Amino acid sequence: MKTLRAGIIGLGKMGLSHAAIVSAQPGVDLVAVCDTSLIVTNAFKKYAKAQIYGDYRKMLRKENLDLIVIATPTKLHFDMVKAALEQGVHVFCEKPFSLNSAEGKQLVQLAESKGLVNQLGYHNHFIGTFREMKRLLAADVIGDLVHFSGEAYGPVVTKAKGGTWRSKSSEGGGCLFDYASHVLNLLQEVVSRPVEINGSLLKEIYSKGVEDAVYSLITLKNGLTGTLLVNWSDETYRKMSTSLTVQGKNGKIVCDATELKIYLKEENKAEGLEAGWTIKWITDLALPVGYYLRGEEYSAQIEYFVENVRRQKPGTINTFEQGLYTDKVIEMIIKNAA
Amino acid sequence: MQPNTHHTHLDRVLFGDNQFFGVNHASDDKSRAQAMRFKDDQSIIRVLDQAYEAGVRTFMCTTHDRIANICNHMRAHPDRYRGFKIFPCMPYAHKYANAVTELGIMGTINQYVPGTLFGTFAKGGMAVVRGNYSKLMQILIDAEMKMFDKIDTPVIFIQNVLVDMILGLGMYEVFKDYDAYIREKYNVEPGYITMNMPDLLDALESVGIYNPIICASINKSGFRMSGGIERNEMYLREKTFRPIAMQTLAAGALRPKEAFAYLGQFPRIESVLFGSGSKQHIAENIHMIEENFPVAQEV
Repeated sequence: MKTLRAGIIGLGKMGLSHAAIVSAQPGVDLVAVCDTSLIVTNAFKKYAKAQIYGDYRKMLRKENLDLIVIATPTKLHFDMVKAALEQGVHVFCEKPFSLNSAEGKQLVQLAESKGLVNQLGYHNHFIGTFREMKRLLAADVIGDLVHFSGEAYGPVVTKAKGGTWRSKSSEGGGCLFDYASHVLNLLQEVVSRPVEINGSLLKEIYSKGVEDAVYSLITLKNGLTGTLLVNWSDETYRKMSTSLTVQGKNGKIVCDATELKIYLKEENKAEGLEAGWTIKWITDLALPVGYYLRGEEYSAQIEYFVENVRRQKPGTINTFEQGLYTDKVIEMIIKNAA
Repeated sequence: MQPNTHHTHLDRVLFGDNQFFGVNHASDDKSRAQAMRFKDDQSIIRVLDQAYEAGVRTFMCTTHDRIANICNHMRAHPDRYRGFKIFPCMPYAHKYANAVTELGIMGTINQYVPGTLFGTFAKGGMAVVRGNYSKLMQILIDAEMKMFDKIDTPVIFIQNVLVDMILGLGMYEVFKDYDAYIREKYNVEPGYITMNMPDLLDALESVGIYNPIICASINKSGFRMSGGIERNEMYLREKTFRPIAMQTLAAGALRPKEAFAYLGQFPRIESVLFGSGSKQHIAENIHMIEENFPVAQEV
């Protein structure tokens, strides 16, 4: 097995987590990291083996990388992803994908024309409960769909004060880009793609200049309508909590990262589901991983990325194209709310 | 490396704190219900008292802000908690993770290094700037340990999120620094919580840390036993370390009797960690552990 040469740009919270997961993959060497924060890069210099760079272009030129993880603020994605793809490097990029869909579209085309593996960090697709929900919906267990609700809550901004790039909408900050993108992406892949925004509220709670909550009415491609309810200023949640609920004429599915709750009017023998409530837990549905950090999904998505790089074949989960679609829906919501 | 001068006795049963802070690995609903139930410190103290009556003598807890109040209560009532020990597990990661999202890494350090960066100039401020990470770690450990003043803390753990990140990054020397500081400054034994037990043990041995106390996910269904249940079981049988089993019930997926009986095939396991908010469950679990996973008699 050829040892793959990996690099990372951006060593913030997600970048550090990716760095640990990438390093821990068998047959992958994290040979280079790039960041401008000395406190972080000095720690790598002192304790780890990777080469340190402040300039990602230099890193791409010198390191002959097979794959790269880009975990920088969204406004930087375009130039970095483009440079990596042009160098022929397979790219894993954090979400959201791009600040505007015209740029995102260029990257999708570039990745496709070069046949490179391209993946985004919408990690919910690697959580067993959501996967099972997708399968059950495809198997039509709750009949004709009548309503959906996609929700996410968490305690990111819980008091008024200036912060990082996440509080500047021009750089990809705000609850819509940061939090709601997860729900929109999950919704589009598990249920159906949003095609129309029927109404939106973007609310500032503690932040100034960006929204802390997003509430939208949405129509999906399959005709289903429903609600998007996202608030990152809700400290009744210990950490980010994302859920999808879909109601059908024959039942209902409620799903989050820990539990999948299915209510059926009548027994479904083929699926082994009784009438009434059935609960499936993540303890049975989690994807087993070789190395664990913060949740199976974070490792599973990198394992999947590395596997595709090894096969030299782009994957089908979390592609740039899917991320681009989410970016377009975000633009639709902003336009609708204006 | 210092010779291992301590060999701290570990109780068979360690009482955990997830239930008090809305941590539930199998249900977000339950975790919210728990957060409501343990809103005030008295409700936590009531359950701790029930655990004490049921025979629990070790409370293993995160360095959550609210634990400081529990420690105040224990210091105020020394007779009531005679022989009671706390195993602190640091840091309470969500506090820092949320801060990093909001303030960035430097902003977080500024917020949590006691005083301002300028104020702690003498001990730590400059160390940060110069990249003296050992010193920075020591300052953060001391800050987290303040709440346990005058409380018996014979083992001090690093939380799995940090252990596993250091492990993944291959920064094993950090373990060495941590190990030495806990032994020297606090004169107690360091412990490690992990979801990657086999890799961690190899890493610790590679920097000269032998026979460490490792708290890891150990359960019949292989839940969170990274690298596969077979490799984990092999280490439990063949390697030299002091395992503490957590997530024995696989977050509720396993029946207690079979779950604890499973541990019986690994005589090296010294302790079982579990948490519960119910007096009846606590008593039942302790009984189940005694019945199905008894301490081996000295020959």
